[in-house]
Amino acid sequence: METLVHERSTPEVADAVDEVAQSPFTANTRKFGMWLFILSDALTFAALLGAYGFMRLTSPEWPEQSGVFDIRLITFMTFVLISSSASMAMAVFAAENGERKHTLGLLGATIIGGIVFLGCQAYEWAHFIGEGGTLFFNPWGVPQFSASFFLITGFHGFHVLSGVVLLAVVWVLSLLGRCSANGVELAGLYWHFVDVVWVFVFAFFYLL
Amino acid sequence: MYLVETGSEHKAGFIRKYVFSTDHKIVGLQYFFTAFAMAIFGGLLSILMRLQLGWPSRMWPMLETIFPVGMAGGVMSPEFYLALQTMHGTIMAIFVLTALFTGAFGNYLIPLQIGARDMAFPLLNMLSYWVYLLSCIVLVLAFFVEGGAPISGWTAYAPLSAIPESGPGQAMGQNLWLVAIALFTVSSMMGVLNYITTIVQARTKGMTMSRVPLNIWGMLSASIISIMVFPVLLGAGVLLLADRIGGTSFFVPAGLVMGDKLIPHSGGHPLLWQHLFWFFGHPEVYIVIVPAMGIAAEIIATFIRKPVFGYRIMAGCWIAVVALSMVVWGHHMFVSGMNPFLGGFFALATLLITVPSAILVLCWVVSLYGARIQFTTPMLFALGFVSIFVTGGLGGFFLGSAWTDIQLHDTYFVVGHFHLTMAMSPLFAAFAGVYYWFPRISGRMMNERLGRVHFWISIAGAYAIFLTMHVMGVGGMLRHSYDTTQYDFLKHLQPLNVFVSFAAFALAASQLIFILNFLVSLFRGPRAEANPWKANTLEWAAPAPIPHGNWGAVTPEVHRWPYDYMVPDGGEDFLPQNAPAAVLENKRF
Repeated sequence: METLVHERSTPEVADAVDEVAQSPFTANTRKFGMWLFILSDALTFAALLGAYGFMRLTSPEWPEQSGVFDIRLITFMTFVLISSSASMAMAVFAAENGERKHTLGLLGATIIGGIVFLGCQAYEWAHFIGEGGTLFFNPWGVPQFSASFFLITGFHGFHVLSGVVLLAVVWVLSLLGRCSANGVELAGLYWHFVDVVWVFVFAFFYLL
Repeated sequence: MYLVETGSEHKAGFIRKYVFSTDHKIVGLQYFFTAFAMAIFGGLLSILMRLQLGWPSRMWPMLETIFPVGMAGGVMSPEFYLALQTMHGTIMAIFVLTALFTGAFGNYLIPLQIGARDMAFPLLNMLSYWVYLLSCIVLVLAFFVEGGAPISGWTAYAPLSAIPESGPGQAMGQNLWLVAIALFTVSSMMGVLNYITTIVQARTKGMTMSRVPLNIWGMLSASIISIMVFPVLLGAGVLLLADRIGGTSFFVPAGLVMGDKLIPHSGGHPLLWQHLFWFFGHPEVYIVIVPAMGIAAEIIATFIRKPVFGYRIMAGCWIAVVALSMVVWGHHMFVSGMNPFLGGFFALATLLITVPSAILVLCWVVSLYGARIQFTTPMLFALGFVSIFVTGGLGGFFLGSAWTDIQLHDTYFVVGHFHLTMAMSPLFAAFAGVYYWFPRISGRMMNERLGRVHFWISIAGAYAIFLTMHVMGVGGMLRHSYDTTQYDFLKHLQPLNVFVSFAAFALAASQLIFILNFLVSLFRGPRAEANPWKANTLEWAAPAPIPHGNWGAVTPEVHRWPYDYMVPDGGEDFLPQNAPAAVLENKRF
């Protein structure tokens, strides 16, 4: 019994040990779990963005974003993050083909993309704070503007940071030859999700 | 007594076996006993509230020794009453009922009923319990910090909840409350992620989605709701915490004066909190009631001894409830100043969700029609569930319609309504589940006679308390008032308050019968057969006691749906899901 239970801790073996009914989705168990996690995380962002929308609609005025942020920097950040999604997809492809060297290189590129993004964000925060912006005050108008800036970009930045750490772990495991293609794909799913969320933050907070 | 057997090859010590175990059965039992302890605690809080409401401002010198601040001089302070109300609601709705159904019953039953060896992610499952236990401890700690427990209600309406100066428990107490809710959210996410994944991915051979027991459909539906609405509560909690300690004003409007002090916030909206909270808060009642329905349907299906009516209809109704549950939250906000046009939409959506609910009841009643019902204790409680759900649900028509709700809002009509629908009826389903699965878990039977006594006192008590509350509510009895004898127009209702208090004490006392029955049966009950209720579902096919990993060398193979009763071959009247297909060609699926 002990061995059976132990074997089940790796899903590849689990599927082989017992014949199980066909899953309606062709995803494996860990991937399915990751999708559910992404769903729940997406709803947390939805709550924050929904609250932001509510505040903005009920606020009598709202600062012109282009007067506060350098939109060129934000566009550059967005470009870097989306490019890192592309390198991530290529890393997954390389991992599935068993090309470890390529995988490591592409994962490394993705990690660098994430770090560059975080660096830009840190610069942007420092700039914002330097101009006098705090959680409850900003020189450009209603305090809800800076509160939602810090909370939403902060929450997203925390996700990017977690993603970078996750990718670094996957990189080290891949280097040691202890990471399956499935593991790379799971980390990739999370990374793509973080990017997609940024597209919404970019559109709703900086552009609209 | 055996609660769980870990198998002779399993060399793990006591701690690994029963405390830090990843076995879904142990995790389920841990959830059960923790939720049960919280239920006793939450119940005691309501007893204190009934003391105050039945005999306002009376001296209870003995209670002063237990609550030196809240009951200073033996008289309950208004703030302490509000703290009791807040904590009773929070504990019962979230920390008891949510944890009891998906946490306890879900954990124990999901892998067994679908023929899996464990949850999909056993480690995550264990973590889910430990985070839940931590959240319970943090919540109860709120009673012991300076200022005591929060007084803003289980809904934590802003700006009361957003401003630490707004009351004695609103500083540290409310912070702990928020932390406990956030921890519970995380625990719940880890749990439901597991339940959904396990149900979708780990069903045994032959266990198609159209063959899983009704209980599994209930658990799946509730888990889907959980995974979609708990994150929103988490987001709202982050914003509220920012308001409280970061100085932001998401929920606090300008110009608020509290205790002769102008609050420096401006520009926030209390309505935003209500929207975010109720987007979670209303689906929350379905997270409680849908698994309760599943358990009741499962038990009814066993004891009618004929194929249950409307298996697919019920599954469809639960899916409809999942979808609709997320668009009805505004019916809690008809008098909040929300746009009346929105009120019309939410009233319509609310009346729409009564349709699947009514169809579910119809399925159970049609199933009973013409059946040779076995009135065992679990069946009595399952029928009690249906009865109370219908009665309580009828009040929903008046509260879901904006035009009548405006009159009834914030009265005891609301209290009576939601206690019948989301407190009493799930509790009856939980009792039904305990009586029903007790032999599977412990290997012994509970006492039937004590079970019946427990049932009849409980159902009489539940109706006596909460139907009377409906009447008081129509008479205008105020929901959050600590002493209604202060109002002339409510004085004549005081005898009803006394009656409700006595009925509440009787209901609470009758639960001692259950506890006694549970404990004595655990050690001294008669030995149970392998399948005492002659049920078809897979959990009864597992070895007794159930080992870690649940099944022998291979998981069982399923050949039919779970409700083949009244089999027309002259032998036994039931045909387990895993019985070989050669016995009888199944006509239904």
